[in-house]
Formats: sequence, structure tokens, C-alpha cells
Amino acid sequence: MDQGIIGSIFTVAVFVFFLGIVWWAFSKNNKEKFDEASKVLFDEQEKAQIEKEQKQESQKS
Amino acid sequence: MSETSQAHPDYNYKVVRQFTVMTVVWGIVGMAVGVLIAAQLFAPALNFDIPWLTYSRLRPLHTNAVIFAFGGCALFATSYYIVQRTCHVRLFSDKLAAFTFWGWQAVIVLAAITLPLGITSSKEYAELEWPIDILIALVWIAYIINFFGTLVIRKVSHIYVANWFLGAFMLTVAVLHIGNSMAIPVSFTKSYSIYAGAVDAMMQWWYGHNAVGFFLTAGFLGMMYYFVPKQAGRPVYSYRLSIVHFWALISLYIWAGPHHLHYTALPDWTQSLGMVMSLILFVPSWGGMINGIMTLSGAWHKLRNDPVLRFLIVSLSFYGMSTFEGPMMSIKTVNALSHYTDWTVGHVHSGALGWVAMVSIGSIYHLIPILFGQKAMYSTRLVNVHFWLATIGVVLYIVAMWMSGVLQGLMWRAVNADGTLTYSFVESLEASKPFYVVRFIGGVFVVAGMLVMAYNCWKTIRAPKDSIAAEPAAQAA
Repeated sequence: MDQGIIGSIFTVAVFVFFLGIVWWAFSKNNKEKFDEASKVLFDEQEKAQIEKEQKQESQKS
Repeated sequence: MSETSQAHPDYNYKVVRQFTVMTVVWGIVGMAVGVLIAAQLFAPALNFDIPWLTYSRLRPLHTNAVIFAFGGCALFATSYYIVQRTCHVRLFSDKLAAFTFWGWQAVIVLAAITLPLGITSSKEYAELEWPIDILIALVWIAYIINFFGTLVIRKVSHIYVANWFLGAFMLTVAVLHIGNSMAIPVSFTKSYSIYAGAVDAMMQWWYGHNAVGFFLTAGFLGMMYYFVPKQAGRPVYSYRLSIVHFWALISLYIWAGPHHLHYTALPDWTQSLGMVMSLILFVPSWGGMINGIMTLSGAWHKLRNDPVLRFLIVSLSFYGMSTFEGPMMSIKTVNALSHYTDWTVGHVHSGALGWVAMVSIGSIYHLIPILFGQKAMYSTRLVNVHFWLATIGVVLYIVAMWMSGVLQGLMWRAVNADGTLTYSFVESLEASKPFYVVRFIGGVFVVAGMLVMAYNCWKTIRAPKDSIAAEPAAQAA
């Protein structure tokens, strides 16, 4: 195998890997998990405030 | 998650405090040197005929001071803070933390001594000679052990996205620094790179552009993913987008280096590859910017009374601007006009002053009250004053450099009917002079803002504990 072919295989492999990441990130099963993860930087008080604001916004729209 | 309710595990804030204060100090030093050399460009007498103060020696001092001293301390401070706060655990090792602080300060002081003396490896952004390079490597490895050690002992199952960016920044900078600094010493203060010719150039810009990509982008994106949501009081716009953002950004940035070497001895295919990779880089860059700015979606009013949040959001606007400009400038035909002109300098500063400095400043204004037991900064009005000084300064700077750069590019390529050059180099220099004055004024604005910040931080730190109340407006928001 010459370098060109190895390079091509690598490029395709990386692309497939990337598609896998996109699929994993946006799959429905993981939505809740990631929503939860995005709140790790807030304490309980801040989380309560966020929920309150989100409720207000959903009522507005 | 039951651990989250435990409000204050015993975090190591000492090292965060140390690095935070030094960020402000080195910011002023590095930017002031920048203003001096900006003045030298239209008033050369300002080097006072002293070799240590010549442009050629102070320029690397300026770049090293703002990138590695100011930016570096900001990254150390915020990464140590973020990793503890998002892992709900104290730093892996206090001793390693102290070693990274004192080691990094030693590196900075050594740089400030050796560069004016003319001791340099002459590699851009990697000028420091081999003994200092070894010290950097040791400090950096201690930093990596401490950061990843903290991730290993974390108390929450998921690793928050900011830590992914920070971890990638640390690992890649280690590889880049050690790879590019490989040299054979001939004396204690002189060494020669083990690479030669076009390979040396490629190694240098593989390092150089990833200093931008991983030091000045991935690291500061880590900062953004913590401080923007935290200051806005709402989670990031899309956590799932942030995952895709991370993998796309880190897998593309590493290939962009050759765009620094268009039309050189570098093989043509390498130049074209570098250009294509730089163009694609636009996509994850804007994905990240949109993710950050849209965090405020539905809560834009918070920008009105919170200057700290304004720093963070405007930094993202500058990030978007310079990551559009960058891919455009990497196109070979555009590069034929822009390369070696002041346009490049303007581009770098829209990234460095607009994005890197502003996101750091915003983060530090967020941190200082928390670290020193206050509810808010001594004066929110002064934060606002700083915001406007910084914004006006950056805009003056980059607009002046765009105009000067395009003018230079056009003058250098102008040819007469018989094929001779229309302008001599010195004529283009003369044409740039007014823009150099405007650039200097912009720089003065930026440094003035930093001095306001230093005063505000000083007053906050010196105030008796818990004596500064939160602003009523901030409480309402």
C-alpha cells in the first residue's frame, strides 16, 4: 500500500468517526443526559432560578 | 446528583487567586510594551539608541508577554477554577499547583530578561532558548498531571465540555512545544533547531498556527463554555452542538499551519491543503460562536445592565469576525495581497485583543469577587468604563491596520507598463505612517482600560470581606 491509499483510508475513517460523533450527540436517547450535563456548573439555587425563567419563557411563546 | 447540593467542597482557590492577579499584572506589562513598540514605528527615536529597547528585541517580548504571560496566567487561573467547580472536587495536588505557578512566573521573568538581551532561537512565538524551553516543558507536564488527575478523582460522572477544550489545549500545546523546540545546544544561551530548510518552516508554522488554534482558541473556548453560561445564569444554548464543536475544531485546526507559508519553498500541494483546511475551519468556529452568543437567546436584556456579560458576548463577536477573516485570508489569491502587510497584524489583534483579551477580562471580573469573598466588583461603573475603553481601542486598532495593510498590498504589487515597480518600499512606509499613529492611540485606550481594571481589582481585593453588596440591577436580573 502506498502513502496515497493509507491517507485516503485514514481520511474516510476520520470522516466516519466524525459522523458517529454527530449521531451520538444528537440521538434522542442522549438528549436528557446532555441537558442534565449542561447544568453541572450551577448550584441548586441557580438551577431553580433557571427552571423558573424557562417556564416564564415557554408561557410567553 | 446529590453531590451538587454540597455547596462548598474545600477548593484550592489560592492558586487561582495567584494566577488571576498575575493575569492583570502581566496584561498591563505586555500591552504597555506593545504600545511602546507601536510608537517606535512612527517615532523610531523612541528606542533611545539603546540595544535592549530596539523594536527587534521588544517585539518578541511583547508577543511572549501577552500570549504566554497574560493569556497563560488567565488560562491557568480559569482552568484550575473550572475543573474544580465542574468536578466538585479539590485539585489533585496543591504542591503541583504551586509548582506550576512559581515555575510559570520564573519562565516569564527569564523571558523578560533574555529577550531584550537578544538571546533568542529566532522562531516566532518560540523565541526562548533551550534551558527555558525545558523549564516550560516541566511546568506544562505538571499542569497536565494536575488537571487530568483532578478529572480522574471527580465526583460527577460526566466531564463538562469546558474541560474537554481545556484538556485538548494542554495536551496539544505539550506536543507542539516539545516538537518544535527540538534543538541542539552549542552553549548555554544558543542552540540550533534540529530541523532544516522547508521542514523547519513547516514545523515552525505547525507550531505557530496551533499556538493560535489550541492555546488562544481551544483554551479560551473552555473559558467561554464555563463563564458565559455562568454569568448569564442559564445553560449553554446547545450542549449537543458543543460536543460536535469540540471534535470538529480539534480535528481541523492542526492542519491549517501551511497557510502561513503560501508562495514559499513549501510544496505547492501542502499550501493548497493548508488553505482548504483553513477554509473548512470556518464552520466549527462559527458553530462555537453561535452556541455562545445564543446562550443569551430570550434573555438579551441581561446585556443591558451587566458589563461583565457584555465583555464575554462582545468577545464572541470579535471571535466570529476574526474566524471569518482568517479563512478568507488563507485563500491563496487573497493571501497574495495580504501577506507580510499590516492586515495580518490587524487580524491577529482582532483575535487577541477582541477575543482572547476580552473573554479573559470578562472571566476575571466574574472571578475576582468570588475569590476574594465579595458579592460584586468594587465598581460596576468602572467595569463599564473598561468595556468601552477596550472596545474603542480594539476598533481603532484593527480598522487602522486593515487600511494600512490593504494600502501596502496594493502599493507593493503596483507595476508600471514596463514592468518596473511603481513604488519603492519606503514610499509605502510613508503612506502607512498616519495609520500607525491611529493604531498607537487604539493601544493607549486598551492599556488605559487595563489600568482601570487594576484599580478596580485592587479596591475589591483590599475591601473588608463581604463589604461590597451586589448591584441592585444585577440582583434583579
